[in-house]
Amino acid sequence: MNFFARLYYPLRKAWKAVGLYLVIAGPGIVVMVADNDAGGITTYAATGAKYGYHLIWFLLILIPVAYYVQEMTVRLGAVTKRGHAEAIFDGFGAFWGWFSLIDLLIVDWLTLVSEFVGMTAALAIFGVPPWITVFGVIVLMAVIVLNGRYWTFEKLALLFCALNLVYIPGAFLVHPSVRDVLRQGLIPNFAGGFDGQLFFFLMANIGTTIAPWMLFFQQSAVVDKGMLEKDIPWGRFDTLLGSIITVIVAVFIVIVTGTVLPGVDIDSAAQAASELMKTDRYVGTFLAIGLFDAGLLGAICISLASSWAFGEIFGWAHSLNTKIRQAPWFYATYFLMLITSGLIVLVPQAPLVLITLFVQVIAVTLLPAALVFLILLLNDRTTMGERRNTLTQNLIGGFIVVSIIILSTLYGFSVLFPNLFK
Amino acid sequence: MSRIRNLFAKFAEINSRYREPRIEMSGAVRSALLVLRVYLLALVALMIYRFVQIVTHG
Repeated sequence: MNFFARLYYPLRKAWKAVGLYLVIAGPGIVVMVADNDAGGITTYAATGAKYGYHLIWFLLILIPVAYYVQEMTVRLGAVTKRGHAEAIFDGFGAFWGWFSLIDLLIVDWLTLVSEFVGMTAALAIFGVPPWITVFGVIVLMAVIVLNGRYWTFEKLALLFCALNLVYIPGAFLVHPSVRDVLRQGLIPNFAGGFDGQLFFFLMANIGTTIAPWMLFFQQSAVVDKGMLEKDIPWGRFDTLLGSIITVIVAVFIVIVTGTVLPGVDIDSAAQAASELMKTDRYVGTFLAIGLFDAGLLGAICISLASSWAFGEIFGWAHSLNTKIRQAPWFYATYFLMLITSGLIVLVPQAPLVLITLFVQVIAVTLLPAALVFLILLLNDRTTMGERRNTLTQNLIGGFIVVSIIILSTLYGFSVLFPNLFK
Repeated sequence: MSRIRNLFAKFAEINSRYREPRIEMSGAVRSALLVLRVYLLALVALMIYRFVQIVTHG
């Protein structure tokens, strides 16, 4: 009796903490899982097929990388109550502001096209024509955002995040050797030596870990959710949990393709799903469902990132807590992005491969700028006060930012000049 | 016509609202922004070069 009595209060406290977290949970998990979008799934599937389990350790390193960058947006959003676009305009003036906003618009639109490419390819495996996929996705996304409540959007997005975990049972279905996964995957090594192609894959994996839209999305989501400074610790936990989940999903995708498709050159996640269908119908189905879900989640977040950014700068009402009549321009931007990018996929002979590649190149013009602005804003004593970066945070964050800039730039170069690292 | 005029007025208002950068322009900030400008100009030049290369050589 005494034992249970002593246990009661810690358990009640823990339960309250879980309850509080469930209220705060959202932006971190959603942005991180959405980062495993159609392009990300393709990269992980290709990595597993090419190098087996040998690069799992490298993916695990990406947990702190993603966390440290995104955590800064939580602090900046909670303290300033401004989205990233507005913070750049305000902090660095109109020139850098317009540069970031227009660049974000271009990158987001191109990325949206690549999400639609992934979604239509995923459902084409089940015989669904592309036009039905595009139409269905637009209707579904309208239902998600038009309910007039941020809370509902976020919980629905979290549901799609949960669907992203489909790769985990998929990996168990292919019966990988746990011993091989642990031995080859957890000890840092470069299978077959460090060459240009391996470098390309490492860069591609980093490139998919931090995308420009993620900075804009999470900061705006933190503001729209109404997070306060006191919520920052929970926001950090949410971001950490999200970065762990996203990397775990990536690891399981690598395990699936590393087990079933070793040595196969993968150009797209849809191709990986089709190949897997031949060996195991269920695993192929899981991969295709996961690819569709990844594209959908990416599309929801990316189009919102743009709408929030434009709303902030143009002074339009820009909250998911508003109805369409109260924020017509916010929703108009959202649907304009969505419908135009969806329609491009339906255009016969549209240069979709070129667009998919172009995303990486344009992204390297925005990502370094957005990251540099982030670090500078986090060091602004006037705005951030006690929440500004400490020396340790600057050293870690600075190292990560410089590394991401160098590697993503090289990745962009390798897309421009395909033979550079071969 | 008035819509276009309103749009330009909006752009002008945004430009005037954010004319002065609010962040303190210390040496480190100035240097970071200068490096960023050089980086972006180099990148754009490289993209144009590649574009011209693709157009002329296929």
